[in-house]
Amino acid sequence: MSRPDVTLVSALMSPVGRKVLTGVTGIGLVAFVIVHMIGNLSYLSPDPQAYNAYAHKLMSLGWLLYTVEIGLALCFLLHAIVGVSIQVRRRQARPVGYKAYKSSGSPSRSGYSARSMIFTGIILLGFLILHLNSFKFGPGEAEGYTAILQSGEEVRDLRRLMTEKFREPLYAFGYPVVMVLLGMHMRHGVWSALQSLGMMSRRLSPYIYAFAALLGALVAIGFLVVPLYIYFSG
Amino acid sequence: MAKNMTINLRIWRQKSPETPGKLVDYTVSNASEHMSFLELLDVLNEQLIASEDDPVEFDSDCREGICGSCGVMVAGIAHGPQQRTAVCQLHMRSFKDGDTITVEPFRARAFPIVRDLVVDRSAFDRIIAAHGYVSVKTGSAPDANAIPISKDAAEEAMDFAACIGCGACVAACPNGSASLFTAAKIEHLALLPQGQVEASQRAVAMVDQMEAEGFGDCSNYAECEAVCPKGISVSGIASMRRAYMKGVFSK
Repeated sequence: MSRPDVTLVSALMSPVGRKVLTGVTGIGLVAFVIVHMIGNLSYLSPDPQAYNAYAHKLMSLGWLLYTVEIGLALCFLLHAIVGVSIQVRRRQARPVGYKAYKSSGSPSRSGYSARSMIFTGIILLGFLILHLNSFKFGPGEAEGYTAILQSGEEVRDLRRLMTEKFREPLYAFGYPVVMVLLGMHMRHGVWSALQSLGMMSRRLSPYIYAFAALLGALVAIGFLVVPLYIYFSG
Repeated sequence: MAKNMTINLRIWRQKSPETPGKLVDYTVSNASEHMSFLELLDVLNEQLIASEDDPVEFDSDCREGICGSCGVMVAGIAHGPQQRTAVCQLHMRSFKDGDTITVEPFRARAFPIVRDLVVDRSAFDRIIAAHGYVSVKTGSAPDANAIPISKDAAEEAMDFAACIGCGACVAACPNGSASLFTAAKIEHLALLPQGQVEASQRAVAMVDQMEAEGFGDCSNYAECEAVCPKGISVSGIASMRRAYMKGVFSK
């Protein structure tokens, strides 16, 4: 028996590897948005400093945080590069399109979420840049956004920044719209990632497809309740 | 008594690979609801020959859904609106009197148009030639049942072996991917003991050939499974990926 003619690098460049890369980086990003979403919910805690305390704890992780941030940045980059390359190849693979085309229906998973992955992906990338600019690299202690925790520590008042931002209608309603798009992206993405990583059997497939929809919906709802709460309670 | 139907057709006409094609309108006013879609095209061709036009070229052979020769886009769907049937088994009772139906060839760069609705699907043959087989020494026939195979494995292998290589999966895929075909041709062997020995190198060789032929990437739309006349499951694509990645780690 001869050895398969493949190395790790050639495998990752192959059609299979491209899907594995998209899936693995996608799962990393899903883990990130779930943690981020749960962190945001601490805004709704009865303790008014819970959100700032959580943010401060994250920032004080030091090198561990930077490692995770670099990992996430790499995930975003690879995910986007492979996603765009798949789109480019799609055009090359069918240079002349159909005059009439429609989906055959179930068991096809080719719904709105699946067909809009490139668009929701591009919108999410644009959103990410604006979002980092508004919050992560937004005004901090130097600009007077300072809060005092129960321990007496002076920390960045992210809660105030968030409250101010989401009192503006553009933020309060734009953010939830993008979160619905994120939910849609995850709706196809989570099922697709597990299929790409080969973790799928005929028996499991319907459950994983339903799980992907549930997770997408939960993340979208978890993210959009906070800005809507801020806007309507203000 | 069969109901008489009038069917309007918009058919892709293209004289050769180089000349540009276009959709041309035709009307068949003496169609029967019991005709298959290919028989409708036969009737149209009789009409065209009688009026000294060129008949519409299309592939067909067995006309009982098992050879994989036929295949066109009917009303925007590979093999037409009825699932799990090849276009030869699609009957006009699936349509209404007076319907206008667009008929186009299977489109992919790897399936160049030969003429009208006929495309060259030999890219599939080259994927099979890459390793769609089990390397064996041929000698005297082995004893029957010498290798035990479970009922489940035999059934699943047969499900993948049902692939007739018609190309509907590629035609329906929004990305023009041949993953379902390639997976079926890998899995029907890999599920059996004789095929397991070369499972990884088979997956690597066939996937690499699929890439070289210029098919698109799979985005897990599963549109292929929906149009497959044999209902082959995309779970085979997941198994194909596992086998491919195992190749990296095998010595």
